[in-house]
Amino acid sequence: MTEKQQNRCFQEFIKGIIRENPTFVLALGLCPTLAVSTSVSNAIGMGAASTFVLIGSNLIVSLIKKQIPEEIRIPCYIVIIATFVTVVELIMKAYSPALNRALGIYVPLIVVNCIVLGRAEAFASKRTFVHSFMDALGMGIGFTLALMIISIIREFFGFGKIINYPVSYNFHPALVIGMPAGALLVIGLLLGFFNLIKQKK
Amino acid sequence: MDLGQFLSIFISSVFIYNVILSRFLGLCSFIAVSKETKPALSMGLAVLFVISMSSIITWLIYTYLLIPFNITYLRTISFILVIAAFVQLLEILIRKFTPGLYKVFGIYLPLITCNCAVFGVAVLNSDMFFVNNKAVPGSFIYSLFQGICVSIGYTLAMLLMSGIRERLELCNIPKSVREFPLAFVIASLMGLAFMGFNGFKF
Repeated sequence: MTEKQQNRCFQEFIKGIIRENPTFVLALGLCPTLAVSTSVSNAIGMGAASTFVLIGSNLIVSLIKKQIPEEIRIPCYIVIIATFVTVVELIMKAYSPALNRALGIYVPLIVVNCIVLGRAEAFASKRTFVHSFMDALGMGIGFTLALMIISIIREFFGFGKIINYPVSYNFHPALVIGMPAGALLVIGLLLGFFNLIKQKK
Repeated sequence: MDLGQFLSIFISSVFIYNVILSRFLGLCSFIAVSKETKPALSMGLAVLFVISMSSIITWLIYTYLLIPFNITYLRTISFILVIAAFVQLLEILIRKFTPGLYKVFGIYLPLITCNCAVFGVAVLNSDMFFVNNKAVPGSFIYSLFQGICVSIGYTLAMLLMSGIRERLELCNIPKSVREFPLAFVIASLMGLAFMGFNGFKF
């Protein structure tokens, strides 16, 4: 691999983290983001599961893109994605039942996460194997980081904890931030904040 | 099967665990279509129809296909495929036979194919009304009723939101929170109001 190609791969990887962050810039896949961001451990579990599905589906789609007929490509992508989601479901049930209980119906719901289908359709169906892998990795990490930012804010203000450790006994948390209404408030304010930064530039 | 169960399904899926404000399913379409009241209502009707039909179909698949052959781990794949195929078929049929209806909600059908709410209700039904791979008595009626109630909750949130956003058009809003960010903040305030139903006990 020449230096130019390496540089290109790195670009595909890094763009998902900040410049095209799936949550804050593209505003995709908000349902799981809001629902599981009550604690940092949930957020990391969800991010890892989504990253696995993203990488798997992007790889398979980019490998068999020539064999898939144009008209029925979306159902084909959905079957590929659903297969990887089932793999994640079974692994999670076997090795960490507690996480599986905490995430609940949002594990099977990865299949309708717009990020996964969006990357398969917009990126993996046109690009090479290596680029698709780097893209999926970058998008997955970007998604996980966004989830972690939201969950750190919610865990701190809603429950007075940082990664399950209490901050101080004198701190009285506002429980509403940990509840569904608080999730909507936090994401709304964060999106507004990032818009403000973009306009200032 | 008793009336109390129906009432509790109704209250919990319309108000307490409102599909948008508490479970966050179907947020994309909620934010995108809720700018005006009329499209919001049509979208709500389309969702009502699709969710009730897909509750029936997925119940049949789960009871007569997945449980007898002991392949319930294929739930995700089979449900998503059946729902996608059903919505496509519905779109073709409506366009062919009732062009009037197609104008009202046909354009929203492609949006519903990938709507988390439809798939989420199917998964919820199979989680709630099947214990250890056995159907709870009356599970078919409960599933259908839960599907209808969830879509009533969806339509309600949609209508309230579109009413508020129509009035916001007249206001002078800072540029950075226009559209998405403000919509989320409003939804959060609505969610606060809906949280009041949490105290209901049966």
